[in-house]
Amino acid sequence: MNWINESCVTVDMFQLLNEGGKLVGEKPDIPDDKLLQLYKQMIFSRVFDERALKLQRQGRIGTYAPFTGQEAAQVGSAAALDKGDWVFPSYREVAVSLVRGVPASQSLLYTMGHHSGSGDPDAHMFPVQIIIASQTLHAVGSAWASKYKKEKQVSVAYLGDGATSEGDFHEALNFAGVNSLPVIFFVQNNQWAISVPLSSQTASKSIAQKGIAYGLTSIQVDGNDVLAVYETMKKAVQLAKEGKPILIEAVTYRQGPHTTADDPTKYRTKEELSAWKQKDPLLRMKHYLIHNHLWNETQEEEETAIAEQKMTEAYQTAIQTPRSGLDDIFQNVYHKKTSNLEEQQNSSKRGEVSV
Amino acid sequence: MTVMNMVQAINAALKSEMLQDDRVICLGEDVGRNGGVFRVTDGLMDIFGAERVVDTPLAESAIIGAAVGMAARGLRPVAEIQFLGFIYEAMDQMASQAARLRFKSGGKFSAPMVVRAPYGGGVRTPELHSDSLEALFLHTPGLKVVMPSTPYDAKGLLTSAIRDEDPVLFLEPMKLYRAFSEDVPEEDYEVEIGKAKVIQDGNDLTIISWGQSIHTVQKAVKEWEEQKNLSIEIIDLRTIAPLDLDTIIQSAKKTGRVMIVHEAVKSGGVGAELAALISEKAMFYMFAPILRIAGFDTPYPFPMVEDEWLPNVERINKAIEEMLSYS
Repeated sequence: MNWINESCVTVDMFQLLNEGGKLVGEKPDIPDDKLLQLYKQMIFSRVFDERALKLQRQGRIGTYAPFTGQEAAQVGSAAALDKGDWVFPSYREVAVSLVRGVPASQSLLYTMGHHSGSGDPDAHMFPVQIIIASQTLHAVGSAWASKYKKEKQVSVAYLGDGATSEGDFHEALNFAGVNSLPVIFFVQNNQWAISVPLSSQTASKSIAQKGIAYGLTSIQVDGNDVLAVYETMKKAVQLAKEGKPILIEAVTYRQGPHTTADDPTKYRTKEELSAWKQKDPLLRMKHYLIHNHLWNETQEEEETAIAEQKMTEAYQTAIQTPRSGLDDIFQNVYHKKTSNLEEQQNSSKRGEVSV
Repeated sequence: MTVMNMVQAINAALKSEMLQDDRVICLGEDVGRNGGVFRVTDGLMDIFGAERVVDTPLAESAIIGAAVGMAARGLRPVAEIQFLGFIYEAMDQMASQAARLRFKSGGKFSAPMVVRAPYGGGVRTPELHSDSLEALFLHTPGLKVVMPSTPYDAKGLLTSAIRDEDPVLFLEPMKLYRAFSEDVPEEDYEVEIGKAKVIQDGNDLTIISWGQSIHTVQKAVKEWEEQKNLSIEIIDLRTIAPLDLDTIIQSAKKTGRVMIVHEAVKSGGVGAELAALISEKAMFYMFAPILRIAGFDTPYPFPMVEDEWLPNVERINKAIEEMLSYS
């Protein structure tokens, strides 16, 4: 009898920069200006996240899901995509959306509860997904459409470790495998699904290996190493375009709460958090750039100030956008408003009960 | 004109739309080589190939979820759920994803797609194959729900559904698939979604029904009209969402007596919504309480008792008698 089990699988995490920012792998062929761009995008992402948290605490925006600690995973992966590729995000992918060119003000408006909602067709960003893993199937359908139309573009679903327990995730991987679709499942394994740790989420020793069961090509990458993530995603895009669906597990850590409504001190230790802060993705890249004489503290200060200013402008744009009113909600239920909605809208305008 | 049963009419609509529009593709369990378990998609794979008539793995959520992604990216998917009772597996994709994409994106994205599913009782299926779940989807803003009762309407409504800019749930009454045939134009045509049809004019009582119950209603009414000098109006609702309020209210005001007949369980059914609407808009025209003849509030029953469970001629006749006793 030839039983197969975990011991048949070897998963080696791909890393280029170690925790101190030292190159441990082969030097990637990334031009200096690209390295700087990646880092600047990470700085802006962190500034966005910190400011959004403050705005939420001041009651200026609504519930917000911070991503501090996950900047390398998000920026590195999004930066490796082409303009024509399609992205299917969860609710924690603001850094991805910023790299794709979605205005920061749009993400603020979304969390303020504006009726313009989320999603940006110009940036090829699908709306934010709240239901866990639901977007994996939309990415599959989108990849299917690309394949059917013979358009060379990939569709990327962003999800977390918790999402890998959902049925939709498994159905999506299966459909992708069976149909050889140009799709990438990018899992940010940030160790926690609200209060449930990875060890309670899965008995597998990695998330990457879950792809094997569905015929996918998979990899585990250090999600706090922006160079490794970028290189991995570049290769993934190439493979997916050849009809090889990909599962990427980016190992990272959610340094903040699940959302602004969550208190992580209830379920995890200070020691764990500070250990992961040592592996912070921005620090690591900063050390690498400084070591290679591409960056210094003055530039760091300047860039942070620029990011803060951009964020102030984004917030100004958001609050200057006309607020949503009840009248707006009737517009986008159907392509053409039904007579029933027309009637409810009219009676609401007149302050009548709906008769 | 060609004489077609409902299976042939639906097949003809799919074929015609696929010929005219290469964005239209069919996907579902067994829809390809096998032509569907009811042969509704029979022959389509031979004409259009496995790229456009796709046998999917067995996963309802993925079938509808993938269709959402396809539709948002410019295709016109027609997904099949093998039996409506299985759609609970895909409720998130149907009700929270397909139905809401336009709304949640502020109109920037949409999911023009059709989900077809056979439904309804009287054909001795195993459990969970016969449920009528239309009320769940009337209660889901963003969806349209269509339930034809004739081959002619089936072809025209499906054509409209495929061309519609919103997601449409197209429910096919299983018992009527091959129950009868009628003249159906060979060329394509649309039957407007959102329009009920008065299939018989009358002055004394209105009966509203849809899908296969319409035929039970017709049988019951025929008996009454043969025996007594009565004129009963019958409305085939055809579209559950959006409801054709004008036709319903106009008829209610005319006859002053309304009965609703549906297969779905009584509580919280579409009949309850119709009764509430009529109360809101035509209460003072009513001579009698609005009655609902529906499935009992149990899970869909075992085949040995389904004929008694479903609205039948006897129950409808008793209700007509009761309603006429008010004057």
